[in-house]
Amino acid sequence: MPEATATIRLEVLRYRPEEDTEPVWQSYEVPLRRDWMVLDGLNYVKDSLDGSLSYRWACRMGVCGSCGMMVNGKPTLTCASYLAALAPGPVRVEPLRGFPIVRDLVIDLREFLDKLKSVKPWLLRDEEPPLAAGEHLQTPEQLAEYKPYSMCINCMLCYAACPIYALEPGFVGPAAIALAQRYNFDSRDQGAAERLEILSQHEGIWACTFVGECSAVCPKGVDPAGAIQRYKVAATAAWWRSVLMPWGAR
Amino acid sequence: MNPAYRPYHPKWHRERMPIFWWLGQLSYIKFIVRELTSLAVGYAAVLLVAEVCALDRGAAAHARFLRFLAAPPVLAFHLLVCAALLFHTVTWLNLAPKALVLRVGGRRLPDGAVVAGHYLAWVLASGAVVWWLRGGL
Repeated sequence: MPEATATIRLEVLRYRPEEDTEPVWQSYEVPLRRDWMVLDGLNYVKDSLDGSLSYRWACRMGVCGSCGMMVNGKPTLTCASYLAALAPGPVRVEPLRGFPIVRDLVIDLREFLDKLKSVKPWLLRDEEPPLAAGEHLQTPEQLAEYKPYSMCINCMLCYAACPIYALEPGFVGPAAIALAQRYNFDSRDQGAAERLEILSQHEGIWACTFVGECSAVCPKGVDPAGAIQRYKVAATAAWWRSVLMPWGAR
Repeated sequence: MNPAYRPYHPKWHRERMPIFWWLGQLSYIKFIVRELTSLAVGYAAVLLVAEVCALDRGAAAHARFLRFLAAPPVLAFHLLVCAALLFHTVTWLNLAPKALVLRVGGRRLPDGAVVAGHYLAWVLASGAVVWWLRGGL
């Protein structure tokens, strides 16, 4: 099959706020090349067919987390999804579900970034030891405890897969909670109680009804659903401790 | 031209979630069924309380209750309830390793062991109830 002649149809959801009151579908025929990803198809549209198409991308290697979109209804990193695997098409490309659409495939990130910041995803210390005390050494077991959660690239596919987030936009959401756990499980961190104050609210861990799709779509195998359920167990244990042993509460 | 559009005042679009959002994907359907079958768990608990109340009212009342349970439509309904209970139990027990991380000798127990432990506890608890009902105590 000569690669140059084979094509596949991309159906892209367009939203140009100055023209459209609602998003509309637009079709493009793009070359179907064996090594092209969905993102390559979009880049072909942008470069050769319609320069007005807007979308985000950066690294093209599954690291930056910018190019997440709904591909045939599934949250996908478009730089990691072969067009040939979706042949004969058409391939439907939409912005990530649950987020406000700014233009075409570009979503508004501010809600997510505010939520991420709210869980304080950085090392919290009661007091810093002096530099002379040396490094914070960790054993391989201590590293293994939080490393899976540190693989999150903030691509927000888990938010798009989560129906709870789409129904309750106040929900802190899977990635932010998984990143909170990443620091809770870090032996250098002392901020678990502070984060629990924030995440034990209804819009924190308790809004999650454990659909589990966030973990199924994660391109980095982070398992946010597991992180949230472990958080629920920890929050329940903390509550019981505060009831049964109020003198030891912290 | 979008008449609501004003330059420098972006008008962002937010899709509304349709009420039957869960019909579009098998995993969502499974989730909804798992959640709905929790009603069967509640029903089974209420049924048990009703039987205890019937017992409390005397042998005749309890016999009436048993006759009610043996009626074909009730029996058919309870078979459905039983299927729902089994579905809820199995899907719930299979999710246990997500919430429960156990360590033995510093190593994390594999997910399969956590699930197997739950099934073992289920079988042991059911066995204990059967043993008690057969006059074991």
